[in-house]
Amino acid sequence: MADTYYNPADLRKFSKITEWSEELGTKFFDYYGKVFEEGALSAREKSLIALAVSHVVKCPYCIDAYTKDGLQRGVTKEEMMEAVHVGAAIESGATLVHGVQMMNKYNKLSM
Amino acid sequence: MGESIMPQLKKAAKKSLKARENELAKTNKQLEILNGGLFADGELPFFKDKISEIGQFPLRPKPLEILQINVGYMCNQVCEHCHVDAGPDRKEIMTRETMKQCLEVIRNTGAHTLDLTGGAPEMNPDFRWFVEEAAKAGIQDFIVRSNLTIIRANKKYHDLPEFFKKHNVHVVSSMPHYTKGKTDKQRGDGVFDKSIKALQELNAVGYGLPDSPLRLDLVYNPSGAFLPSDQGALEKDFKKALKEDFNIDFHNLFAITNLPISRFLDYLIASDNYEDYMYALVDAYNPAAVANVMCTNTISVSWDGWLYDCDFNQMLGLKVASKVKHIKDYNEDILNDRNIVISQHCYGCTAGAGSSCQGSVA
Repeated sequence: MADTYYNPADLRKFSKITEWSEELGTKFFDYYGKVFEEGALSAREKSLIALAVSHVVKCPYCIDAYTKDGLQRGVTKEEMMEAVHVGAAIESGATLVHGVQMMNKYNKLSM
Repeated sequence: MGESIMPQLKKAAKKSLKARENELAKTNKQLEILNGGLFADGELPFFKDKISEIGQFPLRPKPLEILQINVGYMCNQVCEHCHVDAGPDRKEIMTRETMKQCLEVIRNTGAHTLDLTGGAPEMNPDFRWFVEEAAKAGIQDFIVRSNLTIIRANKKYHDLPEFFKKHNVHVVSSMPHYTKGKTDKQRGDGVFDKSIKALQELNAVGYGLPDSPLRLDLVYNPSGAFLPSDQGALEKDFKKALKEDFNIDFHNLFAITNLPISRFLDYLIASDNYEDYMYALVDAYNPAAVANVMCTNTISVSWDGWLYDCDFNQMLGLKVASKVKHIKDYNEDILNDRNIVISQHCYGCTAGAGSSCQGSVA
């Protein structure tokens, strides 16, 4: 057993999840593949969205995967960092917008 | 990870591996790595076993289409990914005598494409004579692989666009990215600006313009330990950026995978990316690409006249497995009846959409 929770080599084994539940695993990977196909959004745009979300969900595997995917697609480091900031802005915005709840509660409880 | 070792690599990369007496300059050392480690341990399948699954072993040639001639390893640049280990310190240059033997073959070959490469082929002192003579053979597609900066390197090369035009040469040039940072990181400081200027000069004489018969194609190699993605999408991005930013036109973009040999192998090992890169190549193995790998329709000739299945085998010292091994004994029928020499670097040509000197193959 590895003595850390995350091991970079495990990313290569991702597809093995299908071995313990073939139907669900296969459905997931079919869906996953379809999502990232060229559509109304380009595969390049989807890759940048995935990179931003990877940071928000703080998935080290996804960050490795979509940094590499971006490089392969010719995405620049400036574009990648801007995408990360979009994720961070939404995440901090999601925290801060709850400040209104705090204000509402404060006002309700105060004379 | 990559970032922290970059300054060190950049400094080292001013000279070829050979001049630095790096052990990876030796072909047997490279082959030992490619045949050992992950593959010998059974972690990853040997290329031979992989293509056996689809009945393609031994890999056999189809009728010859491309004659690729390497006129020397000397180059004005020392790119980090160079599979030739080319540079100003490389003295291996094709002589006029060997060129004459090549011309004899060019006049009689069934190949429709002649592809001159290097190093910087223009640095061979007999380059212009050779192009003039070869052009007379009337071969359908006459390619010169030019690194672009050579055109700006010295006054004596400034007229190359006109020279290429005069002989109806098809120019294929390397351009790792449409941004300065990525280009200079792979190819050296100042390369981007010089390349842009050279492309504008090629455009000025008619190269690369829409509908122009003067063909100008670009080659994209990833600048790091990753594979190229879809060639068509990359071409679209390159066209848009180069047109908007620099008013540059070109015809096609060839996306070429970096093969794990020579300086790119050195980079992969030094940056601790070798294993991941080999996994990525094997994972991306595409059986459909095998039938069209370039070694099945190409012969590669080295500066000293030896024959190889491809430029990569040339750099690994793997000569053709044929009775005919040298240009002086050239015989297309005998050569075409051979088994192609393979090793694990071949996964580079079968990954994803496949890779060749003409770009994707599948």
